Amino acid sequence: MDDCQSHAPVPALQTPLHAWHVANKGRMVDFAGFSMPVQYTSIISEHLAVRKSAGFFDVSHMGRLLIRGEAALEWLDRIVTCRLSDLAVGQVRYGLVCNEQGGVIDDVLVTRWPDAWGLVVNASNHEAVVAWMMAHPVTDATMEDVTSSTVMLALQGPEWWRVVQSFFPESILALPYYRGAIVAKDGAEWRISRTGYTGEDGVEIVAPAAVGEALANSLLQSGAMACGLGARDTLRLEAGMPLYGHELDIQTNPFQAGLGRSVDMSKEFHGCKALEALRGDVHAPVRVGLILDGRRAARQGDQVLDGDGNQIGRVTSGTFSPTLERPIAMAYIRREMAVTGQSVSLLVRDTHVPGQVTGLPFYKRQAR
Amino acid sequence: MNPSDLRYAKTHEWVRADGDECVIGLTRFAVDQLTDVTYIQLPIVGKKVKAGDGLGEIESVKAVSDIYAPVTGEVVAVNADLSRDPGLVSRDPYGAGWLVRLRVEGAVESGHLMDARAYEAQVSETPH
Repeated sequence: MDDCQSHAPVPALQTPLHAWHVANKGRMVDFAGFSMPVQYTSIISEHLAVRKSAGFFDVSHMGRLLIRGEAALEWLDRIVTCRLSDLAVGQVRYGLVCNEQGGVIDDVLVTRWPDAWGLVVNASNHEAVVAWMMAHPVTDATMEDVTSSTVMLALQGPEWWRVVQSFFPESILALPYYRGAIVAKDGAEWRISRTGYTGEDGVEIVAPAAVGEALANSLLQSGAMACGLGARDTLRLEAGMPLYGHELDIQTNPFQAGLGRSVDMSKEFHGCKALEALRGDVHAPVRVGLILDGRRAARQGDQVLDGDGNQIGRVTSGTFSPTLERPIAMAYIRREMAVTGQSVSLLVRDTHVPGQVTGLPFYKRQAR
Repeated sequence: MNPSDLRYAKTHEWVRADGDECVIGLTRFAVDQLTDVTYIQLPIVGKKVKAGDGLGEIESVKAVSDIYAPVTGEVVAVNADLSRDPGLVSRDPYGAGWLVRLRVEGAVESGHLMDARAYEAQVSETPH
């Protein structure tokens, strides 16, 4: 069997939790230039801990920007595709950043904090988003990059609240979905929002970098399992959530990704003219879910074929679903074939694996 | 840790000689590196392989790895339990998690196979 370990040089960047990951037996891999834990024990165990109780992820590598000033909203409104002007204080919304051709530069979360507008970006696109915003500046607005002075931990799972009930105020436990609040803790400001990327309930916690290890230890000691990027990927895939570099890239527009709900065509923003035309493009391949027979997973790049063996699309993400116990995938395929129940075939290495088109998400949590 | 009656390939397969046949599996180190085994592809009975040829594939949540034939021979049996329970290879890699039984062609070329001590030395040198 091949050696699984990469012998590449150690990546340049580390989060404030790097030593903690290593001390807690995290298997470190390169992700977007950061040394990150792919797993601590088993990806499936970590995945199931999030589905059944609570797990936490270091997502400090993601970019965190604070936009302030009279023109902060105006600036963001031109950069991000979703409606922002109606956000209540504390409200969070998902949107895309597009270039003038309507291609996706990043997918982001915007929060209207009391004191600023927050933007959370993918680590892999941090530089590109900042450069894009700086290339299209407004007067009376500033950007502060708080990434390296903070940590961000995502605590996810139905029991998340039990884990933090002894050290967060009731106001945090009562946060509505997609709302955030600032909490003063030990003389510093923590920003906490009821958001996540797993399909489970939970919060994302931004705290000063200096308290990162203590926070991780508190979460661990209070019953949350440390989870790595491997489980983060299987969880988000089951939840039908796109990942930049897979379902989203500069050649893909939000409509074909099925994210039209995050595009406010009534406002002016970079890319809106191109998107006006792209919205009506019936030839663009569209994102679908696929569920496969057997146990082999399809992976990014695998061909999707019709019953006659003609290629109709390509897989963008695939794995063995720990919750469904079947291989699942997301792919872009010809629009005519994008019908739930449509039979397809996937070329997985040299084998034709039968599959069907299915709706997204693959998994939805129980309402409580 | 690695049974001393077995021989080991540097690609992490073990071999147990059994008359003119041998049994092949994956080492504890190999399965611990993989974790989360979801699928194992084994050859069909009757397939002839040379030492170093691909013998099958083992898939985990994150990746697929090739399994290599440590000796030359013909496949006479494969472990049918692994299709419904691939995790067996992780729970009992030297026993119930065996992969393939081969009829060995000619002598077992154990020249390129290591004993347990040499294999353990190789493993501790591998960055992991």
